[in-house]
Amino acid sequence: MTQLLSMSGINKAFAGISALSDASLEIEPGEVHALIGQNGAGKSTLIKILTGVYRRDNGVVHFNGLDSTISSPREAQEARIATIYQELNLVPLRSVTENVMMGYEPKFFGVFIDWQSAHKRTEEILARFGIDIDVRAPLGSYSTAIQQLVAIARAVSLNARLVIMDEPTSSLDTSEVEVLFGVVKGLKEAGVSVLYVSHFLDELFEICDRVTTMRDGKTVDCRNIAGTSKLELIAGMLGRDVGEIEQSGMTEFNGGAKGLEKGEILITAEGVSTGPRLNDFDMTLHRGEIIGLGGLLGAGRTEVARAIFGVDRLVKGRLDVKGGTGNLDTPAAAITSGVGFLTEDRKAEGIIPDMSVRENLTLALLPKLKKFGQIDRAREKELVDHFIKALGIKTSDMEQPIRELSGGNQQKVLLARWLAINPDVLILDEPTRGVDVGAKREIQSIIREAVENGVGVILISSEFEEIVEGADRIIVLNEGRIVSELENPGITEEVLVRALAQTSEQTA
Amino acid sequence: MLDTNAFDLRKYISRNPQSFAVWIALALLILFGLIRYENFGGAYNITSFLNYNSMFIIISVGMCFVIMTGGIDLSVGSVAAFTSVVAAYLSPYGIEVALPGAVLAGVCFGAINAFSVVILRIPPFIATLATMLGAKGGALVISGAQTISVDWGSNFTKMGMEKALNILPWSIVVVGFVVIVLWVVLEKTTLGRTVLAIGGGEDASVLMGLKVNRATAFVYLLSGGCAGLAGVILASGFGAGQPLEGIGWELSAIASVVVGGTLLTGGFGSVTATVVGALLLGLVFNILNFENGKGTISFSAYWQMVIRGGFLFAVILFQAKVNAGRSVGKTQS
Repeated sequence: MTQLLSMSGINKAFAGISALSDASLEIEPGEVHALIGQNGAGKSTLIKILTGVYRRDNGVVHFNGLDSTISSPREAQEARIATIYQELNLVPLRSVTENVMMGYEPKFFGVFIDWQSAHKRTEEILARFGIDIDVRAPLGSYSTAIQQLVAIARAVSLNARLVIMDEPTSSLDTSEVEVLFGVVKGLKEAGVSVLYVSHFLDELFEICDRVTTMRDGKTVDCRNIAGTSKLELIAGMLGRDVGEIEQSGMTEFNGGAKGLEKGEILITAEGVSTGPRLNDFDMTLHRGEIIGLGGLLGAGRTEVARAIFGVDRLVKGRLDVKGGTGNLDTPAAAITSGVGFLTEDRKAEGIIPDMSVRENLTLALLPKLKKFGQIDRAREKELVDHFIKALGIKTSDMEQPIRELSGGNQQKVLLARWLAINPDVLILDEPTRGVDVGAKREIQSIIREAVENGVGVILISSEFEEIVEGADRIIVLNEGRIVSELENPGITEEVLVRALAQTSEQTA
Repeated sequence: MLDTNAFDLRKYISRNPQSFAVWIALALLILFGLIRYENFGGAYNITSFLNYNSMFIIISVGMCFVIMTGGIDLSVGSVAAFTSVVAAYLSPYGIEVALPGAVLAGVCFGAINAFSVVILRIPPFIATLATMLGAKGGALVISGAQTISVDWGSNFTKMGMEKALNILPWSIVVVGFVVIVLWVVLEKTTLGRTVLAIGGGEDASVLMGLKVNRATAFVYLLSGGCAGLAGVILASGFGAGQPLEGIGWELSAIASVVVGGTLLTGGFGSVTATVVGALLLGLVFNILNFENGKGTISFSAYWQMVIRGGFLFAVILFQAKVNAGRSVGKTQS
């Protein structure tokens, strides 16, 4: 069969730093092709070269049998390559219809947009995804998951020959993922090729035919997914032996295993309520302990974090931090008393993209770095240097804008931001989401080290592995209430899943 | 095909609360004027009001397009002053030459802005600030810092002083026509929706394959052209090119746009609400003049500005209250 897409010998450097060297990719018609690799391996760069966002330094791209001259996203769309980028690239202020139809609106006389048909067409397209919403409302008024599905719907509706999906499931729940898989399978049957980029390796086995692995800007492997094991994929991404990984377990956590003495009490929560999404929450957090919050999307896990960090006001209950009485009612007060909060939404709430690694790292710390009213630059540099080395942050130097770093390294900078204040309590909301396997393990061991040094951690994670192996205790939430508490050692994924399943049954 | 899209007032209000607020404020102010002042609703007041404010309406609408992309155009006042001089020089050839000539001059300034913003990637605030100074200087140079009298013999002054079919001033008719065309452009064409999409997220718009540069260039050309038209009305209505006029017009225009509920950060806005915003701000002056005419209290021009500022503040506060209920782009999972 002739290839739909063949890229070979692709090189690309940014400001002298090589991002891709001799990368290649081949996709057959009607194939679902996975592209994997750690963050910074060059997947996104390769995709952006294909879709005309970046220009390749050299190399050959053939699409549909022709030498490709795509040099802008518009031309890529005209060549019938549709892309769903990892970071949502839609316009939240505009209506759903506009976001789906933009640039391809049905028109009267070729000029005036026919809104009636546009809305109707959008409704039809979304119906294929099982979404029934008011398409005239602004996109931003819907959840991230719906926005993600709208982005996918747009791409699919463009009659593409190749649909590129970069981490399409990172904000979807299980049932929405099923819908997406249905769509991917439908595309495949219609002879459309899909390039599927994901960190969730389990997904790949479900829908992909072949998998291409990238590492350090190179394509290192391309194989059929049937007959391949998850471990082999991970080993390929990391460039390590399969046996080596089997020995050390899947995560760097060892929750409960150390049997550490519980330290002094850091946080006591009694009957905390902040509104309909969090009710009667009780918890005691000790030094050197990780408490995991279990639950599905919207169960109230993030609300616990927001309450402790002083973002949401308590309606009822008591929340004592470090023996102090009374609630922390602003994030600033929380930070002063040693609470750090790594938010879930790295892009919107965490990093300041145009500021340097140094500035991002020391933001929360500035008040403490003051000497005679001036920021002590020497001390700042020393600190930043220390963390860049200690956490293995990959950056050309500390003045590099953080937006140029890969997701995993951005996350490490944010983690360093909080570690730098010498926190007593760290709240980590999805600390390894959208981070590749290698960086994930590194981040986990950084967290473990902090805990051993006496920090109390509240861990929110949608990855069962992480929470099961990481937490000393898991508090399972459903609809803003505690439904059960599990103690490690002894928690397995099955135990947690059963606890979650029971709660959903009870409320169903 | 029927009904699903029938105009639903409640839905309209819930989706466009800021436009709603500005309509209410306008209605209240008109009602106040009608009750309090005898000649307020008279034909003379209405025509002179519309005639004078047509200039501000048109530059506000041009400004609205720029702001919807997330940009700003500070040059409109100076450009209007410049083009009023151009129009005065061209007036002997009649309105049919002077109007397109002056609008073209405005578009040229817009082209400079578009070039700076789109090609040179200079932030709009700086780029249009430079054009503002340049146009202001240019107006003084070509006029020798004198007002340039128009040719009263030609049909040029008809535009600013006479009525079409003896009903409405020509100025407001022309401006009204342009405003309707621009409303259609915004609501019914890809170009208009692209303008909004750029303000809502420029990177996203590029990745969606929209013609972002073309739309950005368009708004600056449009704003320049609108300022040019305002210059024609100015020269025609006052019988002279006015190189010293136009100071602070850009701020009035921005105020009208903001009162109309358009987000200064872009991505959301409306032509009709901007027109109402411009009318509203003009009406405050009109009412203050009537108040002075009554003789009970007398406000100096300086106090009028203070009051107008206070009114602007009140309207924006009101909008913020109305908007507090809705939350776009702030959903929690």
